[in-house]
Amino acid sequence: MHLYPTDWGFFTVLVMAIVYAVNVARKPDLCGRWRRVFATPSAGAAAVVIAFYLCIAITDSIRIEQHGARVTVLDVILAPLRLQVERTYSAPFASHGFVKESRTTMHGKIAREYPRLEHGGRHLSNPDLRLSDILWRAGFGIIGGAMAWSVLIYALARLFRTRYGRGPMIASGSLCVALGFVISVAPSYHMFGTDKVGVDVLYQGLKSIRTGLVLGTLTTLISLPLAVVLGLLAGYCRGWVDDLVQYLYTTLASVPGVLLIAAAALTLDLYLNQHLGDHVGVAERADLRLFGICIILGVTGWTSLCRLLRAEVLKLRALEFVLAARSLGVGTAGIVWRHLVPNTLHIVIITSVIDLSGLVLAEAVLTYIDIGVDPSMESWGNMINSSRMELARDPIVWWSLGAAFIFMFTLVLAANVLADAVRDAFDPHLRRSR
Amino acid sequence: MMCRPVGLGIVLVGLMAASNAYGARAMEHPWNSPYQALEASTVALYTVFQERPKHLDPVSSYSENEAQFTAQIYEPPLQYHFLKRPYQLIPLTATDIPQPQNYAADGQLLTSNAPDSTVARVVYRITIQPGIMYAPHPAFAEGAKGNPYYLEPGRSLPRFDSLDDFSRVGTRELVAADYVHQIKRLAHPHLHSPVAGFLSTYILGLNELSETLLSEHGDTQGFLDLRRYELPGARVVNRYTFEIVLQVKYPQFVYWLAMPFFAPVPWEVEAFYALPGMAARNINLDWHPLGTGPYMLRENNPNRRMVLVRNPNYRGEPYPREGEFEDVAQGWLRSAGTQMPFIDEIHFMLEKENIPEWNKFLQGYYDSSPIASDGFDQAIRFTPEGAPEVSPVMQQQGIHLAVATQPSVSYIGFNMLDPVVGGASAQARCLRQALAVAIDIEEMISIFNNGRGVTAHSPLPPGIFGYREGREGMNPVTHEWRDGRPQRKPLAVAQRLLSKAGYPSGVNPQTGDPLTLYLDATTTGPDMKSLFNWYRKQFQKLGIELVVRSTDYNRFQDKMRKGDAQIFNWGWNADYTDPENFLFLLYSRNGKAKYQGENAANYENPRFDALFERMRSLPNSPARQQLINELLAIARHDAPWIWGFHPQAYTLNHQWVGNTKPNMMARNTLKYRTLDPALRAAKQLEWNRPRLVPPLLAIALFLCPLLVVLKQRRKRLAILQ
Amino acid sequence: MITYLIRRLVYSVPILFGVNIITFALFFLVNSPDQMARKQLGEHRVTMDAVEKWKTERGYNVPLLWNSTSTGTGRVRDTVFYATSARLFSFNFGQSDSGRDIGYDIRERMGPSLAIAIPALIIQILLATTLALFVSVLRGSRLDRWTTTVCVGLMSVSSLFFIMAGQYVMAKLLRLVPISGYADGWAMAKFVLLPVIVQVLASLGANVRWYRTVFLEENAKDYVRTARAKGLSDATVMLRHVLRNALLPLLTNIVVILPGLFLGSLITESFFAIPGLGSYTIEAIQNQDFAAVRAMVFLGSLLYIVGLILTDISYAWADPRIRLGKA
Repeated sequence: MHLYPTDWGFFTVLVMAIVYAVNVARKPDLCGRWRRVFATPSAGAAAVVIAFYLCIAITDSIRIEQHGARVTVLDVILAPLRLQVERTYSAPFASHGFVKESRTTMHGKIAREYPRLEHGGRHLSNPDLRLSDILWRAGFGIIGGAMAWSVLIYALARLFRTRYGRGPMIASGSLCVALGFVISVAPSYHMFGTDKVGVDVLYQGLKSIRTGLVLGTLTTLISLPLAVVLGLLAGYCRGWVDDLVQYLYTTLASVPGVLLIAAAALTLDLYLNQHLGDHVGVAERADLRLFGICIILGVTGWTSLCRLLRAEVLKLRALEFVLAARSLGVGTAGIVWRHLVPNTLHIVIITSVIDLSGLVLAEAVLTYIDIGVDPSMESWGNMINSSRMELARDPIVWWSLGAAFIFMFTLVLAANVLADAVRDAFDPHLRRSR
Repeated sequence: MMCRPVGLGIVLVGLMAASNAYGARAMEHPWNSPYQALEASTVALYTVFQERPKHLDPVSSYSENEAQFTAQIYEPPLQYHFLKRPYQLIPLTATDIPQPQNYAADGQLLTSNAPDSTVARVVYRITIQPGIMYAPHPAFAEGAKGNPYYLEPGRSLPRFDSLDDFSRVGTRELVAADYVHQIKRLAHPHLHSPVAGFLSTYILGLNELSETLLSEHGDTQGFLDLRRYELPGARVVNRYTFEIVLQVKYPQFVYWLAMPFFAPVPWEVEAFYALPGMAARNINLDWHPLGTGPYMLRENNPNRRMVLVRNPNYRGEPYPREGEFEDVAQGWLRSAGTQMPFIDEIHFMLEKENIPEWNKFLQGYYDSSPIASDGFDQAIRFTPEGAPEVSPVMQQQGIHLAVATQPSVSYIGFNMLDPVVGGASAQARCLRQALAVAIDIEEMISIFNNGRGVTAHSPLPPGIFGYREGREGMNPVTHEWRDGRPQRKPLAVAQRLLSKAGYPSGVNPQTGDPLTLYLDATTTGPDMKSLFNWYRKQFQKLGIELVVRSTDYNRFQDKMRKGDAQIFNWGWNADYTDPENFLFLLYSRNGKAKYQGENAANYENPRFDALFERMRSLPNSPARQQLINELLAIARHDAPWIWGFHPQAYTLNHQWVGNTKPNMMARNTLKYRTLDPALRAAKQLEWNRPRLVPPLLAIALFLCPLLVVLKQRRKRLAILQ
Repeated sequence: MITYLIRRLVYSVPILFGVNIITFALFFLVNSPDQMARKQLGEHRVTMDAVEKWKTERGYNVPLLWNSTSTGTGRVRDTVFYATSARLFSFNFGQSDSGRDIGYDIRERMGPSLAIAIPALIIQILLATTLALFVSVLRGSRLDRWTTTVCVGLMSVSSLFFIMAGQYVMAKLLRLVPISGYADGWAMAKFVLLPVIVQVLASLGANVRWYRTVFLEENAKDYVRTARAKGLSDATVMLRHVLRNALLPLLTNIVVILPGLFLGSLITESFFAIPGLGSYTIEAIQNQDFAAVRAMVFLGSLLYIVGLILTDISYAWADPRIRLGKA
């Protein structure tokens, strides 16, 4: 198995999340708070959705060799979608192309007509039966999905003997039904159509999940240590350390963000061009770029969290339990580790969850001004970017934009809802920082 | 409580009424029009510019996006004929095409075919037409004793923010000294002429003048009066005649006289722009050009739009009376003999993105548009015969298509200094030839250029002397004549060549691995990825592994200058229409790595060089054709390039514009253009009727639930109280 | 108060210096002066002499940070960094690498940026406060819940969608406004309409939600309850008391986003071809025009610092208990 840099980062994030979860399970206080989060129906549903996205991203981060090419597990699962490439645009559920093509008829004449697609609806002997065929498959898939869902819920209930909230039930139910639908229809039709070079848009949308999530989590992973260490230091040590840290984050924060990121992204390109050997493939290069973007966003984005932490530590260090610990002769490291870290952790958690949605949105914008992910990488930003010309066509090609919208909206909405619940559970007074 | 919905109703009805009233006005001027209504009598053309021009000063302007302005404003002595093909030079302000006079070192007049080595001086005597006037400009405002008003010593300037704040304007006749002044400006220490270095090798004394000026004025600001300096290479003979003297024979020099570098710049304007306060308001020749051409720049807002208006002092020039055979059918000779220009105003709007530009063109707000690659299959259909035509929807709109092959070549070059693909050895040559056969340029044109291109069989594009159609023009290395047209040789031929080169099936016998080659390219957009994949596939056909090293343009340039590339993708756009301008790309003295020239492949072949030197000094003649044939045969055999293709430009024009014949060399084409503003206004209205009902419905739908809730709430409150 | 201001301004000097170093470092890592010269001079037939000449004239011919050939303070002063930084502090932005006066361009382009930003800001505040007041009165009702849900929904939509959908629907389908462009004077209205709507919509969700929280917090305070108990109507309580007391956080919020308004919205401006500072910045980055980028970064940081100071002052002004200078 071969790991790309972002895979390393992504798995590190997962491991850290698991460690945190184990830690939570041992502390009844924290456990209760998280339970409160998931008890909110909307947040429970959002958690299920995010978990589903995470599963896709994980399968998309495990790379294996297949026929000499390096693919991910997700690629293998989605092989029917990945390999069924048409010539050019085709509408969702279409059996014929979107653009007329010239064809020589049997009588040697040249006719202009919509060609049958190579893959979409190929099994149909009579294209007129398309609608009933789709409905059949859809019904079959939906019933299958519903059955799978009831089995799953039953099994889980037997296994863990806990009651599940309304939210997760509804979310997992809809997910199962949707999955059943996709599994039964997608191999025979392009559900979201195909793009300019005939690649299935559903496949692109699913592949983009990893890009979005990696950007959202890895950036946080990079900015966290900086923010936490500097914030705690500044708040606890005061004096010149505090001055220095304040100077650092004011300076960084005062540079207009996009400019800083743009300049750094240009530098990154240069670095990649100069220091990458020629053997590095397109995918690996794109991945390095994504990693670089995460670093840039992380290094430029730690300031607000750092400020919050510093303020919180300033408040805490004057509190009685810290004073008591100090008078008892507990060392600096001990105080920081025992008292300050646990008592500021909620801020870190809240900020990380809030940042997730912002970063996923930022990816699209950055990609639009050419300082985002590599054009060869599947990402929602790239899909939106390419759909700009498609909107100017007549008839309009809306499905790339539509698919990107649906996938992105779902994730960001879930993240926002979850963030709300987390904030309410952990610190109802902490207002949304801007 | 009931008054609320009624109130809403009233508001809605009011909105409707207001919008109807506005709609009635929209009958005259569409809402989504990006322009203000102009006076009905003004004929205005709307077109776009994509990048704000950096220089409108003829001494430093060299790029296409600047030329579309400068060419309408400045007039060099010569121009290209609008209709005739192959491209032909005709006088613009000159009375005729100057003929070079060769002189020996002792001052003796030589014949025109005298050998290069004996020629010490070449003199071009240019006579301009009398009575040509400059556009109105404050620099010419007349003061006491006929001197320029604002330049009088001790004159205090009015408070000004732009040129419009100078109330006095004037004009002056164009004289030969203005041309000479501009040639001296090439040596100006603060103006960066991109061609100064190149022309210094030809124009007598230009180099020395530059050095003198640099040492005397290198770090002084303000007006530098070039009239005080002599340039032996540019002399005024009399009021309407001047001479340019070259120190080396350069038969193609006459083409330079059609470029903006040789447009006249009067000294007054430079002195005027050097007045205090001008620079801080961006008032200089780069932003406020002044010339004798049909148009002058009235509004210069490079952030939004540039407006050219008719020059009131323009002398008038008749529309050409002769053209090609098919020009009559196209209606391109209908205006023959009429005084130009036909259009009063030209509005250049800044459009950085293709998409809004394309949409506005479809709405009728731009009169012509190039076709973006993405919109191509929407706009263009190929007829069964393979000819392009516009799609039925656009035919209904009355849109016409104009196609022209560009005088340029896009090629894949081999670096001849490279140990693997370069050098004169038979082995390396076979490798290059094998690749030239295997890489399917025709497929590349159809996939990546939507078929907008002609396969190149040599560097020479169609429309340039020396280009030959049909079987004689075919490259026998890569193509063979089948079914009455040149067709690419089968892959087996390439494989045989590859074995001859010592790489049977693409395997390097020394290592046993597949041969690996490197392509240097610049990444410009998402489409490049598929292009690189296509390249890889093409090399794979021969079993060769291709690694694409893509960098940004700067670094690519660096690599090329150092000669570090192996295989690269490049192109050349003609400066002028002489075959020399393409064949010099293979002349060894132009080697990129050694001489910083334009021979990017660093190709060196003494026989080619000798023939080239003879060819370049000949006038177009059968003897010259013979030499070119030999040159091309050598180059094709050595295969320093994979010849690539000559791109074609597709332009769409609305039905209301006329005289749209594409001319790839002349930039001053707007004076030929005609326009029917009444037809345009009618069509714009027809295509842009606003649709009001859906948004109003949406607003109503949004407001209703709000009101319902409010009402309920009030009831509840009432009960509580 | 005055001493506080002076101290804060003095503090800002090292910050601006740091900002300068960051931009300088990032830019010259990417570009050597040679490359900038070639980019500006064009690619055809450019000789080494021309490049040298350009560098000399623009002052890029000396070392970047440290001049070892010079003596004394000249080691620092005869460098690109010193020459270009020192000027900035006196607001002399000099010429851009493409030869235009930067100060002039910035003044020219400020107008269009503000023409979008100010209406957008005002409408956004009015709309968001009205909606937020409305739903906080109806706290817990179905309308409140739905509004909050819609707000989260709006927040989850990328601003690119708003722009693209707005352009498609309003300009192409309904043909109500031009697709893009700009004009001076009253004609500006029809160009500004769509960008303003888009900007308001894109920020509406977050704003309404945030204002709602602010109002609710205020609502929960004792004095509001007292006022209610006195029998004042909902509207009076809300407008007289809650809104007035909630002004402070609102004000702070506005001050913080002010520099952003001035610098213009990069995305909106480039989509709608508005000749403002946002598109100026993007152009400068794309053309690698270092001098222009530098000036914009400097201005941006300066505005940020001014914003910070204004925030502090507005706090002190709105809440007499806060005394400046005792941070």
